[in-house]
Formats: sequence, structure tokens, C-alpha cells
Amino acid sequence: MTIAEGTLITAAGLAGNGPAGDDPDARGRFGVFGGRFVPEALIPALDEVAKVYAEAKSDPAFLAEFDHLLRTYAGRPTTLTDVRRFSERAGGARVILKREDLTHTGAHKINNVLGQALLTKRLGKTRVIAETGAGQHGVATATACALLGLECVIYMGEVDCERQSLNVARMKLLGASVVPVGNGSRTLKDAINEAFRDWVTNVETTHYLFGTVAGPHPFPEIVRDFARIIGVEARRQMLELTGRLPDAVAAAVGGGSNAIGIFHAFLGDQDVALHGYEAAGHGVDSGEHALTLTEGSIGVLHGSRTYVLQDDEGQTIESHSISAGLDYPGVGPEHAWLKDTGRATYHGVTDDEAMEAFSLLARTEGIIPAIESAHALAGTLKLGRELGPEATILVNLSGRGDKDMGTAMKYFDL
Amino acid sequence: MTTLQTAFEKARADKRAALVGYLPAGFPTKDGAVAAATAMVEAGCDVIEIGLPYSDPLMDGPTIQDAVHRALSNGTRIADVMRTVEAVARSGAAVLVMTYWNPIDRYGAERFARDLANAGGRGTITPDLTPEEAGPWCELSAAANIDTVFLVAPSSPDERIQAVADCCTGFVYAASLMGVTGARASVGAAAEGLVARTRAHTGLPVCVGLGVGTGAQAAEVAGYADGVIVGSAFIRRLLDAPDEASGLKAVRELAAELAAGVRG
Ligand SMILES: Cc1ncc(COP(=O)(O)O)c(C=O)c1O
Repeated sequence: MTIAEGTLITAAGLAGNGPAGDDPDARGRFGVFGGRFVPEALIPALDEVAKVYAEAKSDPAFLAEFDHLLRTYAGRPTTLTDVRRFSERAGGARVILKREDLTHTGAHKINNVLGQALLTKRLGKTRVIAETGAGQHGVATATACALLGLECVIYMGEVDCERQSLNVARMKLLGASVVPVGNGSRTLKDAINEAFRDWVTNVETTHYLFGTVAGPHPFPEIVRDFARIIGVEARRQMLELTGRLPDAVAAAVGGGSNAIGIFHAFLGDQDVALHGYEAAGHGVDSGEHALTLTEGSIGVLHGSRTYVLQDDEGQTIESHSISAGLDYPGVGPEHAWLKDTGRATYHGVTDDEAMEAFSLLARTEGIIPAIESAHALAGTLKLGRELGPEATILVNLSGRGDKDMGTAMKYFDL
Repeated sequence: MTTLQTAFEKARADKRAALVGYLPAGFPTKDGAVAAATAMVEAGCDVIEIGLPYSDPLMDGPTIQDAVHRALSNGTRIADVMRTVEAVARSGAAVLVMTYWNPIDRYGAERFARDLANAGGRGTITPDLTPEEAGPWCELSAAANIDTVFLVAPSSPDERIQAVADCCTGFVYAASLMGVTGARASVGAAAEGLVARTRAHTGLPVCVGLGVGTGAQAAEVAGYADGVIVGSAFIRRLLDAPDEASGLKAVRELAAELAAGVRG
């Protein structure tokens, strides 16, 4: 296959081209993590998704269509921005942002969604369901469904509907039905439970367009592959801009899709440190946080073996974060594996630290980040001070902050 | 004490299907669950599934979610589940624990199998454990002399049914429809065919659950399956009752209606 000039997506760009062993095994395992812990009723659907995806990722027509949408609809490639004034506060380290906030719908979620929406067509399904926390995945899904003429139902926790009300309105405007979920913690984890309940009931017509690199196999692999364009572009752009690879790559970690998206192309570059930032909420000791990788233990949640916030009998502990998109007591299995192998390092950032970085980026660079992304920025401020002025840090600015104005108005008393 | 095998043999000798009732431990209270499950046995249940309340019951409908939420709010722990099993086993039914996988995983699978056996429990039903992941649990259960029951669904192709049935001892749980737990106006049309397909792969009893809630439905299912599984309908009686005594009475009446149903 000849790759047209300027094409973003190649077969090598979808399938993992990192070091050997970074794709899950036949059971969907990354080391001991991943797999499938779901009702038997869903196994045939997961098998079908895996099979159709395996065909699609080596089908030039599918790749060309995905490439076309990323380019002409999502607005890829996204640029890098050298943030000099912000860098001064990061110990002088050179901070460079990968601007996923500039994509259509305003966050990295659109990449995965366009890929899976095309997959939905290929599966011959007409209805799409999705969970959403911050609302960004829901908005992206509603957008892709509008574009491709698919019916769309979004499950969203009642707490999140309130703190991201703007996104609820956007989804409705895009023609989706939004179902508020009122059980459990009324956040992302419960929205996922409800989406699974819908899926097992309507699986014949419906694709569950999972929004992050968690869940049962093959979702962690598929979502990663559709998100890894972020790192593929950024790696090339860093070489063009700075003549070398960054010393470190930083990203926020909720379920882990934006982080895997930017990390993955650098996995084989052993000199590039990978740092993920989870939400420490009110602080580690408060017990009100979403520190799944840094404070959790190994268990099974939402169909996958991974790190989980759970008590001594395996009951999920409710997470807390000011950012709806990071407010999740689980995490993708590939991150669990990257943590245990030591390839990536994970840290916590509190609500207050994130909000400080949020306002700092706005004031020094004229960029209002998503509060999720602000966790990566806050982590970068600390990391820069550790690494010093010689270092270059690439940060995934996973989304823009428009959706967070309500939270910011309250937090800063604006 | 009654085992799954003897419970099904007894039903077969009576030329009827077995009646399997489900109730979560700790619902409506810790003692209330023992009382209700015991009443279910006295009124005709051959097998009782004690649910282990879990925070994220993603294959359960609103009724069981509600019950499980109350059980967790009551502070129900695995020790309470074991105590419930022990008490209900004394009533003469074969008692199983129905649970999502994570609580067993976290408790320690070997310890769980041993503690359940010591409590007089006869096995487990694990709806989110599939054959690919079930190997170690089957070995530990065999070592502890408890049964392992897994689910097949209308969507299961024959090779999946074979793989699931190969992991089962005791019986095979056939989900009557694609969906979550909860009583429904009619039992799924796919159930009978699924039972027939499952029989082609195993000599074990095949029981049908999901959506069964009345004597008439129990009679219908008993026409083609070895056992009839009812959960949400019992819980509904307890949720709707103004007090514990009337809840128990309602549960007893439903069990009797279903027991008449499985007798055709
Ligand atoms: C802008 C943004 N960043 C990050 C996240 C967290 O998700 P993930 O960890 O999958 O990237 C979200 C989730 O909603 C988001 O909207």
C-alpha cells in the first residue's frame, strides 16, 4: 500500500509499532492486567468487535476514511505550542503543549470516537451508547453520531450532569438522548454500569462506544490505537521543533486514554520518561481522591483486571475529583502494566494544585485548559522544577476549559 | 445435608422441576434475609442462592440494585454472607452464593472456597467469570468440594455453550433473555431453544433464570428446564411490604405459588 503524501494514519500508525509485547495477548492481557470479566451474554459481541476491528485496521479503505475524518473534520494534525511564560514557573524547563484542545469538540476524545463510529458502521449497527464523565466523550460521541446518522444515547451520572451542564446541553443539541444516572456515586463509574446494562439488553442493534482505555478486551486496545495518533504526531513534531525527543511526556490519567494516546509512540524511546497524573482530590490522606494507580490495589472493575480503589472485601470505593473526567475509581489495564513494569510513573495532583495550574496557564499563555488537563500541567510545574532548565517536557493538553466555567466560577468566585 | 445433586435428584423423582430462589444477604436486614430465605425453603424452594452484595452490580436491574444497596448500607460483609449461608443451609435447602468475581478475588479465592464449604455452602454462581478466566476458581472449588455454576445466554454460540458447560458442576444457568435481572411480563422466547442447545452439550441439569416471577411462568419454564430461578420477584415482595411480618408472608405465598408452578 502506498501512503499518500501527508497521510496521518498508516497501518503502522494504528497497530502498535512500539516495542514487542505492547499489544495484549489473545485473552486481552497486558501482563496480568486486562482480560474480560463480563456476563457471558456479552462475549459474542466483544468477539465480534475484536474481529471486525482486526479486519478494519488493515483495510486501506477504513484507514483512509479515518484519516480523512481526522484531517477534515477533527482538525488534525494538532499543533504544538511552546509555552515560554508558563515555563518560567516550571523551573525554567521548556514546556511544550500538544494541543488536543484545538480539535473539533475540544478534547482528545474525538479521535477514538471517530474511529469507533466508523467501526459501528462496519459492524452494521445503527445505535450507539456511551458513558461520559466530563461530558467530552459524550459530546464527541453525539457529534460523530450526528455526522454518520447513528442513534445516540449517553449515560451520565447526575453529579456530572450538574457540574458539566453545558455539555449536557451540547449533547442534546446534537440530537443525543442524555440519561442521568442516579444510583451509586452518581458519577462516571455508575454511568458505565448503566451503559453495560443497556448494552446487554440491546446488543443486537447497539455498539457500546467505550470512551477510555479501560473495560473488557478489546476496548483498551482499540481505544488506544485510535488515540495514539496524538503521540505519533507529537513525536514527529518534537523532532521538527526541537531537533530531539523530549526528556519527559506528561498527561492526566482518568481512565487513561489521553495518556496512552501520547505515551504510546514513545514507549520504545527509553530515554523519554513517561509521567501520568491522577487526581488527588482533597489529598491522599483525606480519602477523597481518585488515586487508582498510586493508592489502589489490584482487582476487577468494569470487566478488566487493573488497579482499583476498593476496600478489603472488593467493594469499590467512591472516588473524588474536582474534575469529572478524572473522577473514576478504575484505570486502563495497560497503565497498570506500565506502572508495574516501571516504564511509566504515576503521581497525584490535588484539586487545589490543578486549579492553580488552570488559572496559571490562562494568565500566562491565554489558554484555558480543561481541569483534567490542568492536572498534567500542575504535575509539569513540579516535574520541571525537578528536571531543571535543560529539560524539555511535552504535555498533553487533552482538552479546553469551556465546559469547566461553572466549576471555575465557583472555585475562584468569579 | 442437601447438595445440588440431591436437590435435583429429589425434584426429578417427583417428576417436576426444581425451584431455585435468590435473595441477597443483608436484605432487608441481616436477620431478615435469613428469615426470608428460610421461609422460601419452607414454602418450597429446593435451592437458595444467597447474593453477595456488591457495589457495582452491572448485570442487575433496578430491583436487585435497590436490595443490594440496602444490604451494603446495613454494613453487610462477607462474614455476614457466610453466616446467612450457614443459617439457611440448616433449613434443608442446597445453598449457593451468587457473586460478582471481584469480592472473591479480593477476599482470596482459596479462602473463600474454604469458608463457604465450612459454612455448609454448596457452590457459587459467578455471572462475570467466563471460561477464559475460570480455570483457577474451578480447581479451588473442586478441592473444597463445592460446585461451580456459570451462565449461558441466548447470544452464546454452540462452542461457547460447550466451553461454559465444561466449567460447570451442579447445573448450568441459562439466562432466558438478553438483559439484566428483573421480573418481566413474559419469559424470553429464546429460553426454550437455549435449554435445548445446552442439553446437547451437557448431562448436567439446566436451570432458567431472568424474568421469571409468577406461578404460571414457573410452570411454563418447568415444561422444558430442570430448574426455575426466581430472584427479583421475591425482593419486590419484600420491598413493597409495609413491615417485616407482611413481607415474610408475601415471600412465603410467592414461594408456594412458584412451587405449585414447577409441579405443572
Ligand atoms: C479533556 C479531558 N482530559 C482527560 C480526560 C480523562 O480521560 P482519559 O484519562 O481517558 O484521557 C477527560 C475525560 O472526560 C477529558 O475530557
